[in-house]
Amino acid sequence: MDLSTLLTWLIPLPPLLSFFLIILFTHRDKRLSHSVALGAIGLSLLFSWTVVFRALRTAHFAEHPFAASVAWLPTGDSALRMGVTADPLTVVMLFFVPLACFLIILYSVGYSNYGKPRDDRDVPGSAPRHGVEPMYSRFFAFLSLFAGAMLVLTVADNLLLLFFGWEIMGLCSYLLIGFWHGRNYDNPAQITPRAAGVKAFITTRFADVLMLIGIVYLYSQAGTLNFREIFFSEEIMNHLLHTPSVIGGLATAHLIGLLIFAGTVGKSAQFPLHVWLPDAMEGPTPVSAMIHAAAMVSAGVYMIVRMFPLLSAGAGADGGSPTMTVMAFIGAFTALFAATIAVAQNDVKRVLAYSTISQLGYMVAALGIGAYVAAAFHLMTHAFFKALLFMGSGSIIHGVEHGIHHTQEKLDPQDMLNMGGLAKRMPVTYWTFLIGGFALSGFPFITSGFWSKDEILADAFAHGHWWVFVVLLLAAFLTAFYTMRQIALTFLGEPRSESAAHSHESTWTMTFPLVVLAFFALFAGFVGVHSDFPVLGELLGHNPFEHFIVGALPHHLAGIEFNWTPVLLSVVAGLGGLGCGWLLYGRRPLAAGQPDPLVAYLGPVHEMLAGKYFLDELYDFALVRPAKWVAEVVAFRWIDRGLIDGTLHTIAGAAMRIAAGARWFDKWGINYPSDKLGDGVRASGYSFRVIQTGRVQDYLLITLSAVIAVSGVFFLVLR
Amino acid sequence: MVPLSWYLTFAAALFALGLYAVLARKNAVAILMGVEIMLNAVIVNLVAFWRYGNPADIAGQAFAVIVFAVAAAEAAVGLALIISIYRQRATVMAEQIDLMKW
Amino acid sequence: MSATPIIFLVVAALTLAAAFLVVTVRNLIHAAVWLVAALFGVAVIFVLLDAGFMATVQVVLYIGAIAILIVFAVMLTRRVMQDVGPQRNANWWLGAIVAIVFFVAISSLLWRTAWPALPGGDVGDTVLALGRSLVDPNKYVIPFEVASVMLIIALIGSIAVALPGKQSE
Repeated sequence: MDLSTLLTWLIPLPPLLSFFLIILFTHRDKRLSHSVALGAIGLSLLFSWTVVFRALRTAHFAEHPFAASVAWLPTGDSALRMGVTADPLTVVMLFFVPLACFLIILYSVGYSNYGKPRDDRDVPGSAPRHGVEPMYSRFFAFLSLFAGAMLVLTVADNLLLLFFGWEIMGLCSYLLIGFWHGRNYDNPAQITPRAAGVKAFITTRFADVLMLIGIVYLYSQAGTLNFREIFFSEEIMNHLLHTPSVIGGLATAHLIGLLIFAGTVGKSAQFPLHVWLPDAMEGPTPVSAMIHAAAMVSAGVYMIVRMFPLLSAGAGADGGSPTMTVMAFIGAFTALFAATIAVAQNDVKRVLAYSTISQLGYMVAALGIGAYVAAAFHLMTHAFFKALLFMGSGSIIHGVEHGIHHTQEKLDPQDMLNMGGLAKRMPVTYWTFLIGGFALSGFPFITSGFWSKDEILADAFAHGHWWVFVVLLLAAFLTAFYTMRQIALTFLGEPRSESAAHSHESTWTMTFPLVVLAFFALFAGFVGVHSDFPVLGELLGHNPFEHFIVGALPHHLAGIEFNWTPVLLSVVAGLGGLGCGWLLYGRRPLAAGQPDPLVAYLGPVHEMLAGKYFLDELYDFALVRPAKWVAEVVAFRWIDRGLIDGTLHTIAGAAMRIAAGARWFDKWGINYPSDKLGDGVRASGYSFRVIQTGRVQDYLLITLSAVIAVSGVFFLVLR
Repeated sequence: MVPLSWYLTFAAALFALGLYAVLARKNAVAILMGVEIMLNAVIVNLVAFWRYGNPADIAGQAFAVIVFAVAAAEAAVGLALIISIYRQRATVMAEQIDLMKW
Repeated sequence: MSATPIIFLVVAALTLAAAFLVVTVRNLIHAAVWLVAALFGVAVIFVLLDAGFMATVQVVLYIGAIAILIVFAVMLTRRVMQDVGPQRNANWWLGAIVAIVFFVAISSLLWRTAWPALPGGDVGDTVLALGRSLVDPNKYVIPFEVASVMLIIALIGSIAVALPGKQSE
């Protein structure tokens, strides 16, 4: 096995090992734990970038990706094979995923207040007030497991191994979102971390069941789950496309595609299964960064990018497959839907959460309209600037918490209305956050977000998907608007609370990752500039990204022509949104106590937006409560207590009655006759005793009488 | 000629009389007398069979002689026992010698 | 008609009558005397059966020893014999029935069987033959010796039993 393939095998291993090492051995020593975790993810990063480097240097890499597999499950003549592969798509993922994970784990060192003494009032299970996190090592163990699972998923060469990584990440999301399991709030409407973890796990689990059905269906039809074997085999693809599935009118390929897409709807928080993601903000911020930028939601999009040949099977130049239509619809709808909610949120992390949902909608819609390259590109750039934004928000929250510790005010450190004026106090955080925010808004030319978002819009425009185009454009406008709103409320103007005034910049372990990510947020976009873009297209190598990544597909994907119209429209939308936001929040920054001006403008609509369209309440009423009722009444009372216990009690009762009957029978049917028999024998013995007179003559008489009787019988009767 | 059956009948009658004495007499010595009569009847039987069977084969008489010896020994021992009992219990009534019971 | 049957019948009748008296009289001394008479009758039967030696032994042994012994025993246990009530115990009737049934059963069997006739010819010197057979190692020396031993045992045993023993009389 050559070095590249060996390294590809080894990439997921260090973080998984570090999880076990930390849990089993090093959990008492904080420094050792985070060193193990950092070292492990650092090793993975080294291996990944080595593989990336070597792949980029290999000519015709697309035809000969690094791949290796072992026969894992013998099934008759053949075997189900498990293995790793590094094809162009994987290489792209391996570029940014380990980097983001590494930076997040480094960030966690500072975030968990390493170096500060342990506060005695801190209880393990609750968020630390100002001392070091009590469950320090556990955090790094879980983060390592998360990173390891993501890497497993990334290098997997078949759908089953991908699913393993997928599920382990689901578990980690539960563990990490509910990390501060002992934390409770006074307000009963506010969700606790424990409940948020359960919500995330159950929602994604529901989606995963559908995905698993899809996987099984695919295996039954294709006989294999290896990506390359399925997608590059004309025979299998034809069979899948032309076999009608169990649902009439739908080909097997499309039904499988829909089922598998259902997994992404859950994992990447698309409507209607998006409800878990905002509440996942209850977890520590590095977790939010990990889940919502680097790892989990990216995994959802990565999977449908990977499965694109199947999802788009049968799609001609004119129209898409039914699966793609569904994806485009859900993606575009989600993008706009989430953006409208984000406008009315006051929690700094929740704005980013809805922003993530919205951006994921972009990627899903991009795939829905067939923009494979654009979707992968946006995935990569989004990972950088979203991780940056989340970690920046964590830095902001830490700063405000420091202020709260100082002033002992009773404030929510995450509420933007309590912030303000942090630009002067936290400069590094401010500038990096600004860069990230601009990238998110698609600030023209210098941010990576612009290039990737523009490509999606251009593709929609070029192929004539008008509705998608308009919706995504509107969402872009709103994205820029709420981003500016967030920046202005947080950093500009004067502090609206004493705590904000007393905040200070975070430690280097937190700010260094921000700087690194800001660099990538600015410059990572240049690899994907359209090849016909004036000046820059030629300068930057005619879209090397596109050339590289289309190799992962079996069929050549035609590129789009360059057109100025979508570019200009997206610039207008982006700058327009930023401008509106500045007008409302930046020109005259909000003073303390002043209400959000948007409330006045939108009126009752604002309440609906702030309430997230009351979707959680609807789900609770329509799904959660009935489920709880079924669990409590049907499953517990009727079936478990009534049917099962009832059956048991009936059987036991019957057994007891039979036993009582047996006892009665024993006492009267067996004991009594035997006792009476014994008594009878004794009584007859007593009555026979009189024969024993002790006199020999009497004995003789009896003997002789008996002899006479017997001989008489013999001689007279039995002749 | 005297048929053999006459001798045998005679012996049977003698035996029956002895049997009656054993079963129905009170005094132990009387019982013993009955036993002697029974033994005598047996010897008569033996000799009769010898005479009417094969007189040349002296085994019949030899048998009878042995029976005699046995009868004598038995009478001696029995009487000794009676005397001993008489000494212990001052009675020879068979009814009153009744220890072999419950 | 020869004399043997008549003699037999007479002697048998007398013997049976004597035996009957033995088993019925109240006075034991009388019973002993009648026993002697019965035994004497049996001796005559032996003579009729050409077993002269047996007749002699009967007289000498049975009458001379055993009957005398019985008389001695009667006398030694005489004190209690003062009451001369009926000498029949409570179940005498059952004993009679048993004896009678026994006799009837056996004699009916006897009368059914075809017995051989009396062998002709002289019997010969039975005494000599008997004496020889009792000491002949191929014949009956062993029963003879065993009988001797048995007699010794009976002798010693009866002395031991009848000794006054621990208690004083």
